[in-house]
Amino acid sequence: MIGTIIRYLSSSIPLGVPLLYGSTGEIVTEKSGHLNLGIPGIMYVGSISGVIGAFLYEQACGNRLANMNPALAILIPLLSCIIGSVLMGLIYSFLTVTLRVNQNVTGLALTTFGVGLGNFFGGSLAKLVDSELPNIILTNTSSFYDVSLPFAAKLGWFGEIFLSHDFLTYLAIAVAILTSLVLNRTRMGLNLRAVGENPATADAAGINVTRYKYLATCIGSAIAGLGGLQYVMVYADGVWSNNAFGDRGWMAIALVIFALWKPTMAIIGSFLFGMLCNLNNYMPQFGVPLGTDTQELFNMLPYVVTILVLIITSMRKKREHQPPQSLGLPYFREER
Amino acid sequence: MAQKAAIELKNITKAFGSVVANKDVCLTVNKGEILSILGENGSGKTTLMNMIAGIYFPDEGQIFIDGEEVVIASPKDAFDYKIGMIHQHFKLVDIFTATENIVLGLEDGKFDLKNAEKQVHDICEKYGFEVDPKKKIYTMSVSEKQTVEIIKVLYRGADILILDEPTAVLTPQETQRLFDVLRRMRDDGKAIIIITHKLHEVLSLSDKVAVLRKGEYVGTVNTAETNEAQLTEMMVGKKVELNIHRSEPKDAVPRLEVHHIDCSNREGVKVLDDVSFIANAGEILGVAGIAGSGQRELLEAIAGLQRLDSGAVLYNNPKTGNMENLTTKTPLQIRELGVRLSFVPEDRLGMGLVGNMDIVDNMMLRSYRRGKSVFLERKGPKDLAEHIIEELEVVTPSASTPVRRLSGGNVQKVLVGREIAASPTVLMAAYPVRGLDINSSYTIYNLLNEQKERGVAVIFVGEDLDVLLELCDRIMVIGSGRITGVVDARTATKEQIGLLMTKTEALTWEGGEDRA
Amino acid sequence: MRKTTTVKHREPLIHIAKRDDMAAWQAWLIRLAAILIGFFVMSAVLTALASTSSGKDLSFGDILERLSRSVFGRLFEGKFSQLWKFLQETAVLLCLSLAVTPAFKMKFWNCGAEGQALFGGLAAMFCMINLGGKVPEPVLVPLVILASIIGGAVWGVIPAIFHAYYRTNETLFTLMMNYVATQIVAYYVYANGQGSNVINPVSTGALPVIGGQQYLLNVLIVTLLTVLTYVYLRFSKQGYEVSVVGESQNTARYIGINVKKVIIRTMIISGALCGIAGMLLVAGKDHSINTATVGGQGFTAIMVSWLGQFNPYIIAAMAALVSFLQIGAAGAADAYFLNSAYADVMVGVVVLCLVACEFFIRYTVKFRHSKKGGALA
Repeated sequence: MIGTIIRYLSSSIPLGVPLLYGSTGEIVTEKSGHLNLGIPGIMYVGSISGVIGAFLYEQACGNRLANMNPALAILIPLLSCIIGSVLMGLIYSFLTVTLRVNQNVTGLALTTFGVGLGNFFGGSLAKLVDSELPNIILTNTSSFYDVSLPFAAKLGWFGEIFLSHDFLTYLAIAVAILTSLVLNRTRMGLNLRAVGENPATADAAGINVTRYKYLATCIGSAIAGLGGLQYVMVYADGVWSNNAFGDRGWMAIALVIFALWKPTMAIIGSFLFGMLCNLNNYMPQFGVPLGTDTQELFNMLPYVVTILVLIITSMRKKREHQPPQSLGLPYFREER
Repeated sequence: MAQKAAIELKNITKAFGSVVANKDVCLTVNKGEILSILGENGSGKTTLMNMIAGIYFPDEGQIFIDGEEVVIASPKDAFDYKIGMIHQHFKLVDIFTATENIVLGLEDGKFDLKNAEKQVHDICEKYGFEVDPKKKIYTMSVSEKQTVEIIKVLYRGADILILDEPTAVLTPQETQRLFDVLRRMRDDGKAIIIITHKLHEVLSLSDKVAVLRKGEYVGTVNTAETNEAQLTEMMVGKKVELNIHRSEPKDAVPRLEVHHIDCSNREGVKVLDDVSFIANAGEILGVAGIAGSGQRELLEAIAGLQRLDSGAVLYNNPKTGNMENLTTKTPLQIRELGVRLSFVPEDRLGMGLVGNMDIVDNMMLRSYRRGKSVFLERKGPKDLAEHIIEELEVVTPSASTPVRRLSGGNVQKVLVGREIAASPTVLMAAYPVRGLDINSSYTIYNLLNEQKERGVAVIFVGEDLDVLLELCDRIMVIGSGRITGVVDARTATKEQIGLLMTKTEALTWEGGEDRA
Repeated sequence: MRKTTTVKHREPLIHIAKRDDMAAWQAWLIRLAAILIGFFVMSAVLTALASTSSGKDLSFGDILERLSRSVFGRLFEGKFSQLWKFLQETAVLLCLSLAVTPAFKMKFWNCGAEGQALFGGLAAMFCMINLGGKVPEPVLVPLVILASIIGGAVWGVIPAIFHAYYRTNETLFTLMMNYVATQIVAYYVYANGQGSNVINPVSTGALPVIGGQQYLLNVLIVTLLTVLTYVYLRFSKQGYEVSVVGESQNTARYIGINVKKVIIRTMIISGALCGIAGMLLVAGKDHSINTATVGGQGFTAIMVSWLGQFNPYIIAAMAALVSFLQIGAAGAADAYFLNSAYADVMVGVVVLCLVACEFFIRYTVKFRHSKKGGALA
């Protein structure tokens, strides 16, 4: 039983990682006052960009593991993922910051575009290698990504739960903690929060509102994109299948609310969501046999929990727990 | 020359679309000098200052600082030239602390909030401010917020200070304290520009006065060489002889009775404290007071838009002779009782009208429910719209123009016209002439008088004491949510009302400050 | 220390100002241009991609022909089945877009059309399976329709109640409700599927086929709904209240509108219309249900409604445009061995172009002439 619990906890963590990246990225963006509903699309693009990078590198190495340089095998997909996501972030910020158009519609269109782009390239690459299914298999690259800490196995249950994961998992936690520090302890963070709360005030204080909004959106997008990369390279063992990433992007947006716009809370929240998503697989092992139908009901839990958090925070109305005040509103200095 | 120009503006022009906000404005302020900018609402004072502060960019003209031409393209540029502006609507982030707001946007040095808190504390000591550097803005009072704004400017070591109507929200004591600080800063050699439309403040504080009228620069005079009459003339372009028509009230019977009402705002602060009065039919009851003393809440409480903590609002129905209790009723329930209560709110486009709807659809706001049909009837409202456009000379391309495209005066005519068309028995108007030109103002005064002569109980909340004294029959003065006195408008003096406006404050005045 | 001498500033080169005066026809001309730019650019990209993947030297015209053939089929040969498919897709998208429109007009960002339609569809399916054979068809069909309306309305009203009373963020709430609905449908499918995750088509309680065309009734229903929505929003007292609440809740309270009631009522209508869309899919097309029945059109509808400026007739045109792109681009990509997800890319780009062009409608951009010389005078 203890062993099952350890395995359950350990296997829940990778499930939470894409959500942690996604929600940390979205928090950074929302702190600048922009509700980026394009995050699901951006995560798809991050994922497929990484896949394309890895695909090209594997092709260049003749699809042989021995030919691959570990540093390049990691860096090429990582950089292509970041470039792809930042480009998406640039589109979003150009439209909503410079052109000041509706954020919700831009975000949704970007998600349609991004998911489409992911599936289009995914499907097309699969056709290039004459695969029957719309799958791209990059197990070689994945083997470089999915390396756990060397001493994990020696530390028993502690090692299995906390240390047996890949570097992108620890990077996610580090990024979330760093984001939290930057937001709360630095001048840049103070300025960014001011931009999201009250851009007119930030502007009057001499802060370059446009620059902060662009930066926050693009950095947020890059962070979110890494979630897509972790999913395909680690969780899916290097196998891209169309639509497999599913609705994780939306769940990441939900997590932002759950975390009350605090990256440190997002760490706890994302692993809690990971556990909730994982629960249906482990219920039988915990002695509660589930039919496939009931499993589907269990998958509903993260969303229901988010709704509950949303309701409870709105009922309590604590000022510090509310979204950034200008969230979703365009800023125009000469508005009269 | 002993004095040196700290900042000089030459032929500044700025337009918003087709509206010219500033035209060929020239100004000079020396170091160690306080300049007042005087002008009516909408004369372009704030726009002009926003250009110095880098919020707007002038279409034409030059700005000189210390004799050199400069370009102020952003608020950051303004800081670099040591220009600090305290806006009328505070530029503060609500969920930040005082210190976080004060250091916001600064770039030099290490980011050290502890040290900044200490410096803020030092500035407070030096000038006698009472602000907790760790207090969050959303828990502060208006005057505390303004203090934070002033500390912010001082913290940045500004040499040129701009204050946009700083006294509008202050009690007389707070105003005095502010003026003392400003005088001390002037003696430090700083150049100070203060926007106001209160003449006595101009005369008591400033060294020079610049006057703007409808965006145009009228001239600058030395305070020592001028007087109220001259300034007023410069401001409005002609000598103010209001000559508002006023008839004797006929058969003034009590129409609306307000008994001991208490009301709290969202933060739980008492905004109305034991307010009682009677409004008579056929009479204009004026309400005077410093802005934000509870006028808005009072009218909204009567209209059924504010929850009362206690007390009662009673209506004497002229048709039935019954006393109707309006307390705890919603606006709709009040109307269903047959009470014809019209209300011209302060926030015209945010409450009284819908900016994006055309005039016809705005006419329907009050009357659209009429009839049993599930569909709207637009014929009546259309006729009414056309009638009002013609009768009140509303300048508009057509009745189907969205009201947000109309000018302030025309918006107000549409609103007042609609409220009067409902043939009310009680008509409440909050600051109905704010921002209006003189002609439109008179149209509104005439409309109010007409209603009074028809036996309507009119409640007029105003800010200009001259208008209140000439238009109203009685004036009720409100201070900090309490009624501090009711006077006969025909015999009362401005000084008398001014005294009443600050009466409750006198009781809680923390003395100890002698002013020179 | 004053830094006057060290600070050099450029005058801003570009000056952006709000405008309020553009004539409607000018605005539509700009929007049309945006659509065409997006469409032609993406078609050109498709031409290049298709040429590479098929190894043929394709022209732009080939692609356009493929696109239109995928949508309209071989009309001139008297084959209309392809066209009917297009009309059906448009009808469902239009129905969903109409559904979210009253909510949007009220500034209630209902992002839950997907879930509301799915739940409405589920209610219809439930009736079809459980009442089929037990109740005569003429009674069952209205019951199916009623069930879908109630199902959609319930799913829509839950976030509305919390928004009305506690100002709970409706965008996020409705978004989450989509996934709750999806999982309930997944549960239902597994619980009722015949040994697999598929429910075999059920014919009882399905919408009747009229005029020999399976989709004719669907199209007629949605056409009627378009007119009704227009009339409701433009001419009814309730529609007027929706506009007032959307423009200013303060004004609404001032004239005695019960804002909570209007929010809840409008979301019941919005959800009910989504429920009907779900019913059209379940009882009017698939006769079955799965988690992908609505297929993301609930999200597309949000864009369509916004692009149509909340005017039902323009929304109808936008819905036709979007489903033209969806079906056409998917068909053309498929024909040249490309992935049909190209359709999503194309829709995304065209919508982004349309969204971007709003800037040129609402603002003017002026270039400033720099004043050389005289500055140091």
